[in-house]
Amino acid sequence: MHLDHHHNGPAAVSADAHRKDGSHRALRIGLGGPVGSGKTATVAALCRALRDELSLAVVTNDIYTREDAEFLLREAVLPPERITAVETGACPHTAIRDDISANLEAVEDLEDEVGPLDLILVESGGDNLTATFSKGLVDAQIFVIDVAGGDDIPRKGGPGVTTADLLIVNKTDLAPYVGSDLARMAADAKAQRAELPVVLQSLRSETGVADTAAWVRSQLAAWTAA
Amino acid sequence: MSRAALLVLADGRFPAGGHAHSGGAEAAVGAGRITDAESLEAFCRGRLHTAGLVSAALAAAAVLGVPPRELDAAADARTPSPALRLAARKLGRQLTRAARATWPSAELDALAREFPKGAHQPVVLGLAARAAGLEAVDAAYCAVYESVSGPASATVRLLSLDPFDATAVLARLAPELDRVADQAVEAARNVADEGTDALPAASAPLLEIAAELHAAWPVRLFAS
Ligand SMILES: Nc1nc2c(ncn2[C@@H]2O[C@H](COP(=O)(O)OP(=O)(O)OP(=O)(O)O)[C@@H](O)[C@H]2O)c(=O)[nH]1
Ligand SMILES: [Mg+2]
Repeated sequence: MHLDHHHNGPAAVSADAHRKDGSHRALRIGLGGPVGSGKTATVAALCRALRDELSLAVVTNDIYTREDAEFLLREAVLPPERITAVETGACPHTAIRDDISANLEAVEDLEDEVGPLDLILVESGGDNLTATFSKGLVDAQIFVIDVAGGDDIPRKGGPGVTTADLLIVNKTDLAPYVGSDLARMAADAKAQRAELPVVLQSLRSETGVADTAAWVRSQLAAWTAA
Repeated sequence: MSRAALLVLADGRFPAGGHAHSGGAEAAVGAGRITDAESLEAFCRGRLHTAGLVSAALAAAAVLGVPPRELDAAADARTPSPALRLAARKLGRQLTRAARATWPSAELDALAREFPKGAHQPVVLGLAARAAGLEAVDAAYCAVYESVSGPASATVRLLSLDPFDATAVLARLAPELDRVADQAVEAARNVADEGTDALPAASAPLLEIAAELHAAWPVRLFAS
């Protein structure tokens, strides 16, 4: 939406790619997926991997409480002024898709107060397999599922699994214990997603979030070049 | 003017942040004051004749062209609870964004510039109605309806109340909504001669006190 092109005008209405001064605003990446799949852990790991090379901030959308924001604060992955919690009225999927106004304000306030920023990660509290981010809010989205949630989730598909810009199959370290077939999950995901990328990851392993961080870097390079 | 624009503005799905607020219902449920459809109706009636009336008069006055800055100060004066002021400004900011995207207007742009962190929501509602080509009474209707529909839909989520019962509460309140909307417009018309003191200042102390307590809850579903 580009209703306001006046650079001295009030804040942009929606996903305008430029700041008031005409420079590129921060890239916004959404992370969604079922409860407990490892979204916050992935956000924390990404912050640790990228914070020395990029100016970062995080917005969380919890179902209730501010647990995700508090976890990130406790882990000190970023200074507190770079982490904002949005209250969602028990419906994160509404706040990230149907009515994005509170999230847009959170990202704009972060840019104003601690910016300029290169990257803002927007986490949605675990909700359901159909929860996706509005294009008015984020530029790209990551869908995080885990092997413990059942190895038939990639086969079942759904908007998150099928259309997210990156699908993470997390907690691969647990596969032997929960009887999940990683090869089958990877093949099903490939069938659902055609050319879209899939990362199999264990945050408990040596490589950790490295593949996901590399994908984020490539997104950012494309965004900056655009 | 398009009458259908009123439906767009009054729609509960209008993306202006209302879904995250319970209009005091979460605090009232927690305190045991709302337990069923009957007590929801009593709560809504109280809110309608106090906060609802005040909001509707502010919104109507904004449509009639009273300067937003004066109305915003009047809204502040009528909202003792800092938590409720904050909520009203947050919602006002979100509505400003949604309205600017929906009905682009120089007045809304000016409002966004003058209140970057948001003006009180009813004031913005009035300017949004104005931008949509609606009249004072339309804005008043939106405000009175919101004052009861917010708590009703929140209570469905909070108590798993039968949604048909909650909707029936709203239908039973409809004649009162008509009266309060008219009362609000009448008061708003007096602002031209008498200034913003002509606006109603009906307050609900329990809503204000409960809002302060609710803002300190560590775990809650709704922002207010
Ligand atoms: N074994 C293992 N545990 C993990 C991994 N990633 C995350 N976890 C654990 O899984 C649990 C849930 O992780 P979170 O990051 O809180 O999950 P979430 O998706 O943010 O959860 P919600 O926000 O509640 O939906 C935590 O105990 C994490 O430590 C992993 O790769 N392997
Ligand atoms: Mg989380």
